[in-house]
Amino acid sequence: MKILVPVKRVVDYNIKPRVKADGSGVETAGVKMSMNPFDEIAVEEAVRLREKGAASEVVVVSVGVQQAQDTLRTALAMGADRAILVLSDESPEPLAVAKVLKKLVDKEEPSLVILGKQAIDDDMNATGQMLAGFLGWGQGTFASKVELAEGRARVSREVDGGTEEVSLSLPAIITADLRLNEPRYASLPNIMKAKKKPLETLQAADLGVDMTPRLTVVSVAEPTERKAGIKLDSVAELVEKLRNEAKVI
Amino acid sequence: MTALVLLDHEGGQIRKAALSAVAAATKLGDVHVLVTGDAAVVLAAVSIAGVSKVLHAADARYAHDLAEPLAALVASLAGGYDHIVAAAGAFGKNVLPRTAALLDVQPIPDVISIESADTFVRPIYAGNALATVRSSDAKKLLTIRSAAFDPAPAKGGSATVETLPGVDSPEVSRFEGVQLSTSDRPELESARVVVSGGRGMQSEEKFHTLDPLADVLGAALGASRAAVDSGFVPNECQVGQTGKIVAPDLYMAFGISGAIQHLAGMKDSRVIVAVNKDPDAPIFQVADYGVVGDLFEIVPQLVNALKK
Ligand SMILES: Cc1cc2nc3c(=O)[nH]c(=O)nc-3n(C[C@@H](O)[C@H](O)[C@H](O)COP(=O)(O)OP(=O)(O)OC[C@H]3O[C@@H](n4cnc5c(N)ncnc54)[C@H](O)[C@@H]3O)c2cc1C
Ligand SMILES: Cc1cc2nc3c(=O)[nH]c(=O)nc-3n(C[C@H](O)[C@H](O)[C@H](O)COP(=O)(O)OP(=O)(O)OC[C@H]3O[C@@H](n4cnc5c(N)ncnc54)[C@H](O)[C@@H]3O)c2cc1C
Repeated sequence: MKILVPVKRVVDYNIKPRVKADGSGVETAGVKMSMNPFDEIAVEEAVRLREKGAASEVVVVSVGVQQAQDTLRTALAMGADRAILVLSDESPEPLAVAKVLKKLVDKEEPSLVILGKQAIDDDMNATGQMLAGFLGWGQGTFASKVELAEGRARVSREVDGGTEEVSLSLPAIITADLRLNEPRYASLPNIMKAKKKPLETLQAADLGVDMTPRLTVVSVAEPTERKAGIKLDSVAELVEKLRNEAKVI
Repeated sequence: MTALVLLDHEGGQIRKAALSAVAAATKLGDVHVLVTGDAAVVLAAVSIAGVSKVLHAADARYAHDLAEPLAALVASLAGGYDHIVAAAGAFGKNVLPRTAALLDVQPIPDVISIESADTFVRPIYAGNALATVRSSDAKKLLTIRSAAFDPAPAKGGSATVETLPGVDSPEVSRFEGVQLSTSDRPELESARVVVSGGRGMQSEEKFHTLDPLADVLGAALGASRAAVDSGFVPNECQVGQTGKIVAPDLYMAFGISGAIQHLAGMKDSRVIVAVNKDPDAPIFQVADYGVVGDLFEIVPQLVNALKK
């Protein structure tokens, strides 16, 4: 059984994003980029399934610029077997990414696609669900636990009021939430080994997918900053302020 | 123009966030709502102010809000609507993007402001930037941040009801069960006061230090990811970029450092109080009132002072 894991290159989660002065977007030039944290979790889950013998191959794919290679190498160092880079100029919208992934699924025929639940740059939380829609497959989104048995995936999902269990027939789509697992760090020998693993490069245009965005970014602005308030010396003072100044209690 | 709102509900109650989605949709035109399963919810939905029609998907296949049948149903209804809207919670984020794929539309998640019928504002990068985007799709599929729109009044409307037949879709998923947290406290996303704890709470047992405080304030309990990951409280308490987005009148953070991912979920609160033993904790940069000290001393003092 093959597992496909799409991974995205994003601004590292430790970096505080800065809006460009001309309001056209967020500054990414010269900023540290890393694998989307949810995608690390997705890769980890896939690699564990292979290590347990539940899967035979883990293929990682990224849609984006040439530098997304680095992200794919990281995934290979974590234990993925093979990588595909689909080159596309701009960072494409989930609609286009899902269409590209659909083409790759048709070709690779995986039994499971594990994605991150959201990318921390654009926070769309959409790609996995859209891919599931295009394929007509079942979707286990926001997964905190995945068990495979008898041609089905049992998925625990983090929902607003608690945890939900669904059972999906395979092939299926899973999107990883934070508590699915704790991703490993790639060891130095594995980073070296990853350099020799196969990485295939395709052009989005060659797959026959229209990458034209449907959303035009009119402007990007900084939110109004909250100002730091005051530090108080006692609980009595705090209660007094909350009652008489802020009037919230 | 007419908008269709997917009205999510839990335990026979319409979620407050869904009422915020209705309020947002009224800015776009006439509003119809879609209710799955529960007939009691239909009775409540007809009186929501601003709603002219309630579509009831009574078929058993919709009883558990599985995305696969539901997206197929919504896509089949899409012809009559310019906008399809849901609250930006686990339900909307599960169903709406799948529906969007079926309609070949790029969805617009987490809308905090509606500028016009095709232009919307949404936070990106954990709320560190606000993007104004214009959609060229013929239909717009949106999820709405409830903190940004006051809920539509639950009373005052008198909608008509139409019962929908089931629509065919592949049977690829099965509902197996749900564990909902049972709590007498208010819902986190709509509570007026939220009392939150972080890693500084130390343990599941010690997290209960916050209970008496939440009791006197009638507050919902929230938490940082670190507190949830450490097993102090269940996942549905998480506030932040990947948890719930809250904007109460009063947010009190105890033993929370203030990572940007946490701030993303609470920095639009009206008044923020932080208690932390580290005077340099970043949470103080957004707090209106800060107290530096040991929370295990401060919380009991606070409870006593509030009881007076
Ligand atoms: C300010 C701004 C300007 C933009 N301008 C443009 C523009 O001019 N043109 C344009 O086309 N787009 C533009 N975008 C879109 C863009 O950068 C995002 O890549 C896109 O919206 C994807 O959303 P997401 O990553 O949040 O998806 P999500 O649905 O949150 O991602 C979920 C999961 O899908 C998978 N995934 C997502 N993307 C990829 C990928 N590329 N490769 C592999 N796996 C992936 C990952 O597993 C990920 O965890 C812009 C965005 C912003 C914020
Ligand atoms: C992709 C991604 C998504 C994330 N999403 C979220 C999210 O949705 N929500 C979220 O919260 N986090 C999220 N995080 C995690 C986030 O980065 C932080 O790790 C987390 O918020 C830290 O939680 P904390 O403040 O409780 O813990 P810490 O950072 O460890 O802070 C604990 C604080 O408690 C104080 N303290 C300790 N003991 C006491 C005492 N006795 N009295 C007073 N103060 C005390 C300490 O001084 C310290 O400031 C995410 C991270 C990633 C990578």
